[in-house]
Amino acid sequence: MMNDLGRAFAEAFGLVARLDPQLLDIVALSLKVSLTAVVLAALVGLPLGAVLAVERFRGRQAVVVLLNALMGLPPVVVGLLVYLLLSRAGPLGSLGILFTPAAMIVAQAILVTPIVAALSRQVLEDAWREYEEQLRSLGARRMTAAITLLWDTRFSLVTIVLAGFGRAAAEVGAVMIVGGNIDGVTRVMTTTIALETSKGDLPLALGLGVILVGLVIMLNAAASLIREAALRRYG
Amino acid sequence: MLPLELKDVCFGVNGKVIIDRVSVEIGAGPRTIILGPNGAGKSVLMRLCHGLLRPTGGAIVWRGNGGTGRPRRQAMVFQRPVMLRRSALANIVYGLKLAGVARTERELRARDVLDVVGLTDKSQQAARVLSGGEQQKLALARAWALGPEVLFLDEPTANLDPGATRELEAIVAAIRATGTKIIMTTHNLGQARRLGDEILFLNQGRLVERAPVDQFFRQPASAEAAAFIRGELPWS
Repeated sequence: MMNDLGRAFAEAFGLVARLDPQLLDIVALSLKVSLTAVVLAALVGLPLGAVLAVERFRGRQAVVVLLNALMGLPPVVVGLLVYLLLSRAGPLGSLGILFTPAAMIVAQAILVTPIVAALSRQVLEDAWREYEEQLRSLGARRMTAAITLLWDTRFSLVTIVLAGFGRAAAEVGAVMIVGGNIDGVTRVMTTTIALETSKGDLPLALGLGVILVGLVIMLNAAASLIREAALRRYG
Repeated sequence: MLPLELKDVCFGVNGKVIIDRVSVEIGAGPRTIILGPNGAGKSVLMRLCHGLLRPTGGAIVWRGNGGTGRPRRQAMVFQRPVMLRRSALANIVYGLKLAGVARTERELRARDVLDVVGLTDKSQQAARVLSGGEQQKLALARAWALGPEVLFLDEPTANLDPGATRELEAIVAAIRATGTKIIMTTHNLGQARRLGDEILFLNQGRLVERAPVDQFFRQPASAEAAAFIRGELPWS
């Protein structure tokens, strides 16, 4: 058993080291899907977080609680919902994007948007508490204030978006259901790991696992470096 | 936009009265100091005047402004300066942009006021890493750049050392010299004498006394003010 594991690791590093084309394709698709999903999630989630931070309206607290709860949304449930929406009989079935990368992007964007919105709302609300009187004194309207807050907390927000990317890249349930794990079309790192492990092809699974973990570590390192540099530079 | 008239202004939070039927008319000219012990409601009164808080009773009227709305040509400097995460220069430009100053004019004006407060060599530095005194000078510059008719100062030197306090007072004097009306809260009696022309003495949310500075300190009309000057009321 130990030998098997050792051999698998050796082969895995071999795959990574010689930039195995199949492996590269899978990694590339993973990055494309998750990056696109995160950009979409940020485009919706950051403004949503900003509005929740500066506006006071009836039901705001309920929205905040809901968003916080949605941060823990199980990926398979998101996958199921998007599947139902996009399946041929579903309301968006005519789009015909089920089992394509587009469907995977939609699913991951839905998964990550609440994370970006809820975490950024917290950061922006703290900033608003500090800035509110000064900005109102200068005559800023709510929308101007929201934009100012987004820009002024940009380094914290980058960290949040990177966390969202980590979540997207690491989830398996949603992309498995709506992508279908089709070889060469919708197969990403996590779904390949799941499949190859069950088939017993450990080297490919392990190689992808190593890349995935490395990616997550790099992201976190980047996030903390950005924050630290920003703190030194801008206070 | 002056005079500023307060008619029976009240302010309360959750049934607790903070400002209690204050009526006063503040005109152009003399530097007005709002003085009073801890919890008297000085800062709240100033925020009501500036429009950051809405009175729960009574009315605040800028009579020279046709009587309605919140005139733009006013600015406020807070006890703790709030600086944006950008350069000193950009902080001033930001205020000018919100005030609707033309793009081409913003930077010129910003450089002007930075020069006057002595921060020209720091103009490209991030505002939030400047020292407390520099940040407060920058806050004054940002307010001044707007060319306000009225400048509210809420304990502007409370967190500063004596050197920075002196510098700040000199800048306030320079702003005053350009014709800007100064309305300031302070807990520093010496500062009230140096920078004030008239005193509004506040205690427990009520306006107790209004007098020219020298008269207030020489011969306070109320027992409360006398006790305050003798240091017998808690103040901060």
